[in-house]
Amino acid sequence: MQKVYNKILSVTGNVITVKASGVAYEELAEITTQRGKSLAQVIKLDGDIVSLQVFAGSQGIATNDEVRFLGHPMQVTFSDNMLGRIFNGSGEPRDKGSHLTENLIQIAGPSVNPAKRIIPRRMVRTNIPMIDVFNSLVISQKLPIFSVSGEPYNELLARIALQAEVDMIILGGIGLKYDQYMYFRQVLEEGGALSRSIFFIHTASDPIVEGLMVPDLCLAVAERFALKGRDVLVLLTDMTNFADALKEIAITMEQVPSNRGYPGDLYSQLAARYEKAVDFEGAGSVTILAVTTMPGDDVTHPVPDNTGYITEGQFYLRNGRIEPFGSLSRLKQQVNKSTREDHRAIMDGMIQLYAQFKETEEKRAMGFRMSTWDKKLLKYGALFESSLMDLHVNIPLEEALDRGWQILAECFTPEETGMKSELIQKFWPKSTTATPAAQPEVVASPVSEG
Amino acid sequence: MKKNGTIIGINGNMITVACESDIIQNEVGYAITGEERLKAEVIKIRGNLAFMQVFESTKGLRVGDSVEFTGKMLSVRLGPGLLGMVYDGLQNPLHLLAEEYGFFLKRGAQMEPLDSKRLWKFTPRAKAGDIIEAGSLLGTVNEGIFEHQIFAPFYLRTTYTLKDIVAAGDYTVADTIAHAVNERGEELQLSMNFEWPVKIPITAYREKLVPTEPLVTQTRIIDTFFPIAKGGTYCIPGPFGAGKTVLQQVTSRFAEADVVIIAACGERAGEVVETLREFPELTDPRTGKSLMDRTIIICNTSSMPVAAREASVYTAATLGEYYRQMGLNVLLLADSTSRWAQAMREVSGRLEEIPGEEAFPAYLESRIAQFYERAGIVELADGHKGSLTIGGTVSPAGGNFEEPVTQSTLKVVGAFHGLSRDRANARRFPSIHPLDSWSKYQSFIDPQLIADARTLLFKGNEIHQMMLVVGEEGTSLDDFQTYLKSEFLDAVYLQQNSFDPIDGATSPERQKYVFKRVHDVLMSAFVFTDKDDARHFFNKLRQAFIDWNYIDMTNEKFKKQEKIINAMIEEKSSDAKSL
Repeated sequence: MQKVYNKILSVTGNVITVKASGVAYEELAEITTQRGKSLAQVIKLDGDIVSLQVFAGSQGIATNDEVRFLGHPMQVTFSDNMLGRIFNGSGEPRDKGSHLTENLIQIAGPSVNPAKRIIPRRMVRTNIPMIDVFNSLVISQKLPIFSVSGEPYNELLARIALQAEVDMIILGGIGLKYDQYMYFRQVLEEGGALSRSIFFIHTASDPIVEGLMVPDLCLAVAERFALKGRDVLVLLTDMTNFADALKEIAITMEQVPSNRGYPGDLYSQLAARYEKAVDFEGAGSVTILAVTTMPGDDVTHPVPDNTGYITEGQFYLRNGRIEPFGSLSRLKQQVNKSTREDHRAIMDGMIQLYAQFKETEEKRAMGFRMSTWDKKLLKYGALFESSLMDLHVNIPLEEALDRGWQILAECFTPEETGMKSELIQKFWPKSTTATPAAQPEVVASPVSEG
Repeated sequence: MKKNGTIIGINGNMITVACESDIIQNEVGYAITGEERLKAEVIKIRGNLAFMQVFESTKGLRVGDSVEFTGKMLSVRLGPGLLGMVYDGLQNPLHLLAEEYGFFLKRGAQMEPLDSKRLWKFTPRAKAGDIIEAGSLLGTVNEGIFEHQIFAPFYLRTTYTLKDIVAAGDYTVADTIAHAVNERGEELQLSMNFEWPVKIPITAYREKLVPTEPLVTQTRIIDTFFPIAKGGTYCIPGPFGAGKTVLQQVTSRFAEADVVIIAACGERAGEVVETLREFPELTDPRTGKSLMDRTIIICNTSSMPVAAREASVYTAATLGEYYRQMGLNVLLLADSTSRWAQAMREVSGRLEEIPGEEAFPAYLESRIAQFYERAGIVELADGHKGSLTIGGTVSPAGGNFEEPVTQSTLKVVGAFHGLSRDRANARRFPSIHPLDSWSKYQSFIDPQLIADARTLLFKGNEIHQMMLVVGEEGTSLDDFQTYLKSEFLDAVYLQQNSFDPIDGATSPERQKYVFKRVHDVLMSAFVFTDKDDARHFFNKLRQAFIDWNYIDMTNEKFKKQEKIINAMIEEKSSDAKSL
């Protein structure tokens, strides 16, 4: 039974109110305006006054426009036919493909019973040394990429999408610039990964409310594929836009803001999405990588701050590199004990030396005299940055570890590295004159920095 | 007599209900939508309108749906069989829900918190004719590692005379074990379990005492410098990544408490899973049984319904008070109280209350105080003592301690373990800040020794600050030595490797023993030729001490290593004599 109303009482921001009865909370409605049809969702019921947020925005809504309640909450189709397809923030096709209506599922379903979760133990290889070696990504992990506008975070996401060892990719774009959307599409197409990808894209020019649905759509579909045994990687960019959309609706609804205008439930809202990351025992998994741009490069801004409390670590992308110090994968300890015996030693040892290099660099900047040890550190730092940290470097974990040893051998004597003797015996390169592969291999697609 | 109401408004997890009959504040009701019954609690009453927070998602509820009131406040069930359980914030057993419904938490699903089929060996401790009142001992059953006491319900208002009580034997929690009657002739049927409203403290004890005896956590920086007391309270504020949860996990594992209740309140599910999966495998050195046998986990992680998160800390406190009544030392760890405060903030916002600082409700402070005040060491009716210690983590926005939750908490707790991002970044764990933190409780170590060490830490820090400006060259050798000593104290005593079985848990005996040696080093005046000499010496000494920390105290190597250390100290001191 569908109910139709055509008296809109108020229009404020992207929220309209109508007088209606028998409407369910979070039910969808369709609004027909002179601009066409748009979906809207019930966000408040007060007696017979129903508040709806209109996905297409409220521009051009007439008070006598038709509001038709659909009798169900937001749904999305779920089938293998979705692979390779591109949808918008309302779940409608964005490409020229057909409209999918089969097997509709609800979005934003219940959370996973903690008693059914398992300790994560499978590593996702990405062939990016700064991730694989130093902060391994783990199946079912939720990890943000903290960055600032201008950094190549979307390029990084695209590379991970191409190279990560997973069964399928779901990309959610929230407020994505149009050219970035085209870039993702092109990279995945050229890399032959489009056929195992699904896109839900909300671009910066689309109505802001539509972006609110993107994470839920991506994660609902991902969850279903995971239950069917697939390992799904969900990439979201950019979650700060999502939080800003939440803020806009909250302010329109006259909610009391808590911090810099963001609603008090920002933490719960973000957590409800990130906590969808899971490894189903006996089935597949959902892993989430999400870009969070930090306004003003400020990690204490409410969005990165709340995100940091929810996620299992973070990657800091700064100056086109994944920073080794702020970055952290809380789950790496679960997997890096079973990769190669020198993995943890290289991971800790090289970072400690790099920290010393940073100190030396500061000393040099202040004009202090450089000792022999300082000079060794300077050489090491330069090599480390060019042959491991550079985002263009594209080598498997084992090769990256070997390269680590090469760099150490190039710069130091074995004792100076503080590595365990047994590891040195096994892995220290025999001919120290061999130059490490200082020239990074460049990935196929050009990466623009800055 | 069934009371009903009708929903007239829905906003997030808040519903407005019009009722024709009387309503009780904090009364539980069920919003009925189709087959599902969604639990909700009255949190505000205005005229015939009840404002209720729903403990589930309100998706699909309609104006006009009915609400069934129960006439009871939000309660938990107390009785044998709580230990080892994993509950959600409303005391639904999560393992049983998983068996019944699979991977996801089904909306509206409820299950009995105590296994009603399990038989317990009951031994009566009271007899017919005895006068009983709230909290009187009726008998005991064996619950794993403890003798679980069966009480007369705490809600009894008058004294009763026991008419009969069953003989020793096997009974379920649901079986009637006794009958009693009061002066007015009101009959009472008693079983091994009863309900208690979570927001009301249990006060069936003789008196509340002042906490003095230390509660050993086996974490050196806590026990020695910032101790907690049995029946005391403490808080751990810290930014993300500073190691709050790891510290709580370590405490839950090694603390010398009889019962540990972990309230995972609005934090990551992954962290609870580690506890959930690992604890059954770990052995409690005190009992030789699985660690899970002394643990209850209340688990309401960040994606679970917000209102149930608010209830979860009260559920945990009530279970803690219940075991305290048995003369046990209970430790309640709440991670994180900020999420609980945020849950209050969300509810307050939906009630359109006038907000306080950062939109937190005005009553934030009093609620936090009330929660921590449920801790305490008490003298029970039988003269025994029982304690409930509460430790809560705080997750301040942006890591800034000036925010309302941290500040309100600091006013009421007995110890403050402030975690520092700088220490965490420098991998100095546990990252409790040694200068900013404080405790009002007494340590088991001589206070004079601690005062000496703290003075040195302060001085060391001052010198370090100065060295950042004038460089090492501009620092005198004496000052440099003081700085190295403070770094030494930090490295060998304040820092602790929680993943190592030996270093991770330091017994009080060992702390007393080792701290004495550390104190000796701090108080010695060494003579060095230059700064490199000093640095070299302290590097070596530090390494020797750290190696010592990894050796079991009962192992003969322990004494050997001590000799090596003594020789090193001796050498530099004899230098002093010859010069």
